[in-house]
Amino acid sequence: MTYLHSIGEYFIMLKGVFGRMTKAPVLRNLILKEINELIIGSLGIVAFLSFFIGAVVAIQTALNLNNPLIPKSLVAYAARQSVILEFSPTFISIIMAGKVGSFITSSIGSMRVTEQIDALEVMGINSQNYLIFPKIVAMFTYPFVIAISMFLGILGAYCAAVLGGFVTSDQFITGLQDDFIPFHLTYAFIKTILFAFILATVPAYHGYFMKGGALEVGEASTTSFVWTSVILIATNYAVTQLLLS
Amino acid sequence: MIEVKNLYKSFQGQQVLNGIDYVFERGKTNLIIGQSGSGKSVFLKCMLGLFKPDKGTIEYDGKPFSNFSDVEQRELRKEIGMLFQGGALFDSMTVEENIMFPLKMFTNQKKSESKARVREVLERVNLEGTEKKMPSEISGGMQKRVAIARAIVNKPKYLFCDEPNSGLDPKTATVIDNLIQDLTHENDITTVLITHDMNSVLEIGERIAFLKDGVLAWKGTKSEIFQTEDETVTDFVYSSNLFQKVREAQNKKL
Repeated sequence: MTYLHSIGEYFIMLKGVFGRMTKAPVLRNLILKEINELIIGSLGIVAFLSFFIGAVVAIQTALNLNNPLIPKSLVAYAARQSVILEFSPTFISIIMAGKVGSFITSSIGSMRVTEQIDALEVMGINSQNYLIFPKIVAMFTYPFVIAISMFLGILGAYCAAVLGGFVTSDQFITGLQDDFIPFHLTYAFIKTILFAFILATVPAYHGYFMKGGALEVGEASTTSFVWTSVILIATNYAVTQLLLS
Repeated sequence: MIEVKNLYKSFQGQQVLNGIDYVFERGKTNLIIGQSGSGKSVFLKCMLGLFKPDKGTIEYDGKPFSNFSDVEQRELRKEIGMLFQGGALFDSMTVEENIMFPLKMFTNQKKSESKARVREVLERVNLEGTEKKMPSEISGGMQKRVAIARAIVNKPKYLFCDEPNSGLDPKTATVIDNLIQDLTHENDITTVLITHDMNSVLEIGERIAFLKDGVLAWKGTKSEIFQTEDETVTDFVYSSNLFQKVREAQNKKL
């Protein structure tokens, strides 16, 4: 029953978020601020993780390809497929659920605890729109982060594979272009957009409806991370089943 | 003027407000006192429209709140200033941005005009020169004063205060109390103030409503509260030794 209640509450919240809009100039500033905090602030960690995950995928594939019948260019093929299809969109999103998600939950949650949300309501401001809508809009720039992550992942794979002496540069480039299906990119970005929406709204729900004090803010961040990850993975499964099989 | 008629509110079968009739007068500090759990906060939240009463009406200058359309409700909220217990300042904004917030949301003033108004109210609460500070960088008493400044920046007709001096030292508490009273008189505001601080009651209690178990147990003024023989009131107000002595001394003089 509590799950049903939460799901209902989540959708009612979404209705409120897209309800009465905050003044446009104020909203614009809020959106820019959120892009700075949520997106620009995450670029460093995303770049670091992507580069090294790409590199490790390349090394692992190279080390495990002992059969002389399999061409070495497969290292690049495997890195490309795994980075584009899963590592960048899904894994980076799970990491963002920890970084961006817990930030959203704790910042909205502490506003709830210190009556700042009540203050907004008393002033006659639609607090759901004021707090959550800019985050959703800001997260629509998230696919750019994933694009950067894909590029850096493959670059990492190239560096590790070529500079590490596993394959030549030509072999890597051949493998990279082998059997490329452009729809895979479409698929990756469709799910990235869905993930962006989940990353903005699920943690916001956990923050907005929390009750209690400082300890509960911490608990809400943890619960929020767990649920965001579960919903991301479930969505990933559903989207993959629908679009690729 | 805010008129409350026959107000009832319950939560999950538990009756919190049990038929309250009261008038909050304009240009006066109207205090609501009572023990924790007596329904003060619920009463305040009903008046603010954050809770919907089960029965009864709340009239703002003769117009019942429940008859207001969404637009009218929003218009009314622009005339309400609220001072929260913890201040509820937005901690991502500076003092200046906090105070300017209602102006930015509800008026089309130029930035220079808003800034001038912010300086004006900051001067009124004796906090010149703190514009660029963050709420976390100033003391609790200063935060309360910034919150008062934010509540009055839009020149409200109604001011609600939820325990304005809880957690403050006695001197700062008196400063805050007097500030609220002065502002009420200067701008002819209908001020509703929840408190359980007896200093405030004796200092600024122009009209006092005493709530007990969700009913209005007593009403009067600060001079009447000294003389009343009503046991429920004296039990609560003069629960400390000091105040009992104050009462005796005061009554002897009279």
